[in-house]
Amino acid sequence: MKSNRRHFVRGIAAGAGTLFFSQRANALSPVEHFTGYPDCFGLLMDLSLCIGCRKCEEACKQANQLPPIIGSLEDKAVFERERRTDAENYTVVNRYPPAQPDKPPVFTKKQCMHCNEPACASACLVGAFSKSKEGAVLYNKDICLGCRYCMIACPFNIPAYEYHNPTSPKVRKCTLCYERIKKGERPACAAICPREAITFGKRSDLIKQAAETIRKHPGKYQDHIYGVSEAGGTSWLYLSEVPFATIGFPMGLGTKPFADYTRGFLSAVPVVFVVWPALLGGFHLFTKSRQQAPTGDSGGPADSKEIS
Amino acid sequence: MTTKSGHAAVPPRQWMQEHLFEGKPLRAYLRELVTPFHLVAGLIILAGLPLVVMRYVLGLGAVTHASNDQPWGLFLSWGLFSGVPLASTGFLMASAVYLFGLRQYYPLLRPAVLTGFIGYLFAVIYLLVDLGMPWRLPYPMFRAFGTGSVMFLVAWHVALYLSTQLVEFCPAIFEWVGADRFRRWALRVTVGATIFGVILSTLHQSALGALFLLAPSKLHPLWYSPYLPLLFFVSSIFAGLSMLIVESTLVSRLLPQRMDPANHQALDSLTLGLGKGAALVLITYFGLKMIGLAHGHHWALLRSNYGAWFLIEMIGFVLLPCGLFLAGIRQANVRLVRFTAIFTILGVIANRFTVSMFAFQWELPHREFFYWKERIIVAAIVTVEVLVYRWIVNRLPVHKEHPRYAGMH
Repeated sequence: MKSNRRHFVRGIAAGAGTLFFSQRANALSPVEHFTGYPDCFGLLMDLSLCIGCRKCEEACKQANQLPPIIGSLEDKAVFERERRTDAENYTVVNRYPPAQPDKPPVFTKKQCMHCNEPACASACLVGAFSKSKEGAVLYNKDICLGCRYCMIACPFNIPAYEYHNPTSPKVRKCTLCYERIKKGERPACAAICPREAITFGKRSDLIKQAAETIRKHPGKYQDHIYGVSEAGGTSWLYLSEVPFATIGFPMGLGTKPFADYTRGFLSAVPVVFVVWPALLGGFHLFTKSRQQAPTGDSGGPADSKEIS
Repeated sequence: MTTKSGHAAVPPRQWMQEHLFEGKPLRAYLRELVTPFHLVAGLIILAGLPLVVMRYVLGLGAVTHASNDQPWGLFLSWGLFSGVPLASTGFLMASAVYLFGLRQYYPLLRPAVLTGFIGYLFAVIYLLVDLGMPWRLPYPMFRAFGTGSVMFLVAWHVALYLSTQLVEFCPAIFEWVGADRFRRWALRVTVGATIFGVILSTLHQSALGALFLLAPSKLHPLWYSPYLPLLFFVSSIFAGLSMLIVESTLVSRLLPQRMDPANHQALDSLTLGLGKGAALVLITYFGLKMIGLAHGHHWALLRSNYGAWFLIEMIGFVLLPCGLFLAGIRQANVRLVRFTAIFTILGVIANRFTVSMFAFQWELPHREFFYWKERIIVAAIVTVEVLVYRWIVNRLPVHKEHPRYAGMH
């Protein structure tokens, strides 16, 4: 009998322990710290090579079956205003004035950065975004509600929404040409680039390569590989001759993955669920006993019957 | 249900006359519906209806100014971020009466729970207008779980709390239809429902603030703070208290016959009590905001345009109402307390619009808010909200005890 009970208690303790630790490992795993898949792919873009031909935009549209570019690629009027990605343009090339007047203008290419630990994924209430082990941040249109919190969360302002689609509006963004990279091909933009400004490869190799490029050309590049640590690190990496702040790159994002910003709050939730009932139930019992005490006010048992 | 509860079955026609048509024959009831108030309300709803249809036929872009850079617009700033704190009335009064033993507030309990319930119900309705695929609303409950998302929390808690508030309001519904046994059952779970309601309210009032924790680089630093969840929760308390002052005042003025004379008499002193609570929480909120400002070391930003707005918010909509409440209580000036309650509500709405709209993506050069179609849809939904509230107060024992159950609480 006694040993039975001890057995039982031990069993419960073991069970509770397992539950506790497995909870920490599994249930909260979307908010666990994560620094990126070791073998994930990335793309390194050397902005000093980009001439703003927008062939990458064209190739991107073909690869993703998006409506073709309006007008001619030769038409430079498109650069007159800074563009962002939208539901029909997963990537856009922008032009910025040079640092010195005698230099050519600077072009940048904007698309989903494919964060190591994406803000959009930690924002999504149905988990429609996921980081694949190849590096692509993928979107599942079949479960998306269209709340657009991913767009609120993305520090790079990338996800776009089909505001004029009434029946199946989707969030649209670059897929890192997931289907192509699974077949061993390069993403369409990297494959088409006539200047070979975009290198596709293992992210860890690209970081070494970028550092090497900076070292080999003293004074040419900024001593900063954008994307190594921004918002916890991204699959896209950039080298530039001019400061990134002057060519439209969001600065001051910190090195923390964005999921970290809500982690503290989320971990307080179960605490509230456990502590509040005890605390509030205690208040209830306390006031009830005070009200029912014989020395209390005139409120008799009939009075308190339905209050309690 | 009526036969079970012990009184004779009534023919349906009579039942409808008593319960739905305010005791009048259908024809007379319909004739009396034609009032200037109903005409204006009807016109507003008629104006909104085609726009709502347009939203579902042509997409969200046809009726809003929401864009890829400003994905959330008026529907959420008003319906969710302003509507939910104003609907904190239910959890405040339920915990005051049932958990803290402040029984003198019992007359305000049902109005508070009803205001809360309708506030949440309509928050969901605004969401149904705003969500891309509203028919997928149950997905986070049954199909796909983004457990690492604050929005997941918001969805679950709004759904659970809406149900909890329905349970809390059930005694009034069962008294109305005369279902004694169900009424007793509903009363039995009161304390449990209240505690559950406080848990859910704590979490999702703060979760609405926590949503913006994920946008540290987009929300203006004067409003971005690690304390956002706490600030949203604390401000929902004075929002709810003020809302209750305004709601009970409106009913006592506009529908005096729906309020028990005893409640009428008690209202002034209860209003002063609510004002006292609001003043206390306002000064707490001010303290928290100042800690946030000092913690973030943002004093220099106060000299910008956004800084001016921050100061207006802090002094004009937090300190000033706090002082006015205190003055009203000291002079027992109920009118001043009522005025201040309206003022406080405007302050909370201004704060939620600032966080979710004006101070969000503040660095972008060109932004547009409040497309006229969006505004008309919101006006139509607000009108429906008022009509639903009035319909219920006119029929159910909310501000008035049901004669059969008088004195039983």
